[in-house]
Amino acid sequence: MNIHEYQAKAVLKEYGAPVAEGVAIFSADEAEAAAKQLPGPLWVVKSQIHAGGRGKGKFKELPADAKGGVRLAFSMEDVIKHAKEMLGNTLVTAQTGEAGKVVNRLYIEDGADIERELYLSILVDRSVGRPAFVVSTEGGMDIEAVAEHTPEKIVTLPIDPETGVTAADAAKLCDALKLEGDARQDGMTLFPILYKAFMEKDMSLLEINPLIVMKDGRVRVLDAKVSFDGNALFRHPEIVALRDVTEEDAKEIEASKWELAYVALDGNIGCMVNGAGLAMATMDIIKLYGKEPANFCDVGGGASKEKVAAAFKIITADPRVEGILVNIFGGIMKCDVIAEGVIAAVKEVGLQVPLVVRLEGTNVELGKKIISDSGLNVIAADDLDDAAQKIVAAVQGAK
Amino acid sequence: MSILVNKDTKVIVQGLTGKTGTFHTEQALAYYGTQMVAGVHPAKGGEKWTGSKGESLPIYASVAAAKDATGADASVIYVPPAGAAAAIIEAIDAEIPFIVCITEGIPVADMVKVKARLEKSKSRLLGPNCPGILTPEQCKIGIMPGSIFKKGSVGIVSRSGTLTYEAVFQTSNAGLGQTTAVGIGGDPVKGTEFIDVLEMFLADEATQSIIMIGEIGGSAEEDAAQFLKDEAKKGRKKPMAGFIAGRTAPKGRTMGHAGAVISGGKGGAEDKIAAMESAGIRVSPSPAKLGETLVQVLKG
Repeated sequence: MNIHEYQAKAVLKEYGAPVAEGVAIFSADEAEAAAKQLPGPLWVVKSQIHAGGRGKGKFKELPADAKGGVRLAFSMEDVIKHAKEMLGNTLVTAQTGEAGKVVNRLYIEDGADIERELYLSILVDRSVGRPAFVVSTEGGMDIEAVAEHTPEKIVTLPIDPETGVTAADAAKLCDALKLEGDARQDGMTLFPILYKAFMEKDMSLLEINPLIVMKDGRVRVLDAKVSFDGNALFRHPEIVALRDVTEEDAKEIEASKWELAYVALDGNIGCMVNGAGLAMATMDIIKLYGKEPANFCDVGGGASKEKVAAAFKIITADPRVEGILVNIFGGIMKCDVIAEGVIAAVKEVGLQVPLVVRLEGTNVELGKKIISDSGLNVIAADDLDDAAQKIVAAVQGAK
Repeated sequence: MSILVNKDTKVIVQGLTGKTGTFHTEQALAYYGTQMVAGVHPAKGGEKWTGSKGESLPIYASVAAAKDATGADASVIYVPPAGAAAAIIEAIDAEIPFIVCITEGIPVADMVKVKARLEKSKSRLLGPNCPGILTPEQCKIGIMPGSIFKKGSVGIVSRSGTLTYEAVFQTSNAGLGQTTAVGIGGDPVKGTEFIDVLEMFLADEATQSIIMIGEIGGSAEEDAAQFLKDEAKKGRKKPMAGFIAGRTAPKGRTMGHAGAVISGGKGGAEDKIAAMESAGIRVSPSPAKLGETLVQVLKG
C-alpha cells in the first residue's frame, strides 16, 4: 500500500526524522491559511499523487509552458495562484502513464536552502534476506538512471536484524554520502531512526529522494516515498487509515475487499487463475498466441465459492473484456469450489463473452462434472496450451 | 533415490486442527501412507485429531513434545500468517531438521527475523508461501496434488506452486516421472533457494534431468544460473529445462522501484531467461511445453 508524501513525512516525523514544516490542503481556499502557519518567505507547493516525477510533470489542462507539479512560491500571492492552478487538474508524469492523475491534495511546505542532494532508500534485499540501505551522492534524479550509467555511485549496506543499525553501519553510510561536520552528526542520528520506522511500520520501501544537506550544514528529508507490506497491514490500523482510494483502480479496490490479487491491464482477455506464477504464465501464454491479457488475477489458495464468484464478476464488469480464461491447477484450491463459484457468478450477472475453463488437480473430476451439468455455454479445455488457443480463437471468432 | 524426503520421513503438523491442515493431512495420509505422526496445538495437547475417514493422530502442546514422543524429523506448518513466523521459530528451537511452511501472507519483516534465526540453526526451512515437497510413492508434505505424480527421473524445483504442478503433470504425461518436486515458494525472503535444491539434485543419482521454474523479481534465477555454470566447470551437469513466469507483467506493479536498483537492473523476465540459457538451460517459451522441452533436451 502506498501513501502520499505528506503522510510519509508525518510518519517519519513521529520517529524524530528532520522534515520541513508543512500543511496539507484539499481546496485552494485553504492555501493562504496554510502558508501563514509556515515561516516563509519561501514556500513549496507540492502535488500529492502516488507517482514520482511530479516536478517535471505537466498539467493536462494548463498551457504547455505552465509550471509542473512541484512549484516554488516567493510570496503569499504565489502560493494562492499555484494552489488554484494545480488543484483539480490532471498531472501527467513519467510514472503516471498518459492518463495522468488528478491532483486532489496539495502539500504546502517551508522552503529550504539546498547545498547538496543525496539519495537514500531502505528495502529488503532479497539476496541476503535482510533490510538494506541503498545510498548515493547522486540525489534528486532518477535512481534507475544512476544505477544504469554510474552503478559505482550507489552503495548498498544490508543490516543485521538482530543488531539493527550499528554505529559502524551509520558511519559507513555517512562516508558513502560524504557527510561532514553537523551533517555527519545528523546522519548518525537519522539512519537508525529511519531503520526503526521501516521495521516497526512494516514498510516495503522507504525512499528519500532527495535527502538534502542545507546551506546551514544540516540534513533534511526533502521528499519521502513510502510503501507498506500489504501482508502486515493487519497489525497497522493507523496505516490503513492513510489509504487514499482515489489513487487506485476501482476494480482493484473491489478486488482488495475480497483479498484477491488483481492487477488491471490493457488487453481484452480476462483471466482468473490460482497461484501467482500460473497467473503470470497464463498472461504470458495469451500473449504468446497473439492477444493481450486484461488483468492479472490470482484467487489464491483457499478461496471460497463467494470469493471466486466475486473475482468472476470483477473480470466481467471490465468493458474491455472480450473473453475469459479460467485456468485452475488445484492444490489447496479445489476444482469443485472454482466450478461452483463460476456458475454462481454466471447465473447472477450473465455471460456475454466466450468463457474457456481449464481445470486440473484436486477434485478435478467433480469440478468438470459440475460445469458440464450446469448446462452453461462453457468451452472446456484439456491443458493450458489448449485453453489459451481456444480463448484466443473464440475472441477472434466473435468479431 | 530422492532428495530431502522419503518413505522414512516422519512429519508433524503445526496447524493440524484447522480446515486447511485437516484436509491436507488427510490427503498426505492417503498418499502411499506418508508418515504423518502427530499434530501440535498449544491448547489441545493430549487430545486426538480425527480425520473425515476416521484417521487419528495424537496432538501435543508443543513441537518439542511432539518431536520427543514421535521421533519426527520434519514439520509442516499451516498456521495462519499472523502466527506463522512464531510457529517456524518454535520448530527451529525444537531442532526439527526440515521445516516446511505452507502459509501465504507472512509479513516480510517477520521472515527477516526468521531468516536470521535460521542461519544460526541446524534446521532447513522450505517456504513460506510454498506448496511443499513430494517424492512420488513415498512422501507428500504440503498441498501438491498427489494424483499427478509418477515415480521417475526428473527433479523439479519452482518458485510457483501451480507451475510446479504444470511441470509435474507434463513430465508424468511424457513418461519421465519425478524423483522429487520442490516448491521453494514465492516470498521475497525464504528458507531454501534454487541453489540449495539444485545442489541436491546434482548430487542425487536417480535425478537424471532437472526442471527449474522461476518468475520475475529478485535475482535468485541469475544466482542459480551462475551456480550451475560454476558446477559445470567442475564436471557436474545435468540436462535442464526451465520457464520464467511474468514476461508480460507490468513493471513496478509486482516489485518496488528501488528493488530493481539493488540487484543492478536484474529482476525482469528477459534477463533471467538469458542468464538461464547461458547456463545451458533450455527455457520453454510456453508454460504448457515444459515436458516437451525437456524431452527435446534429453534427445539431444
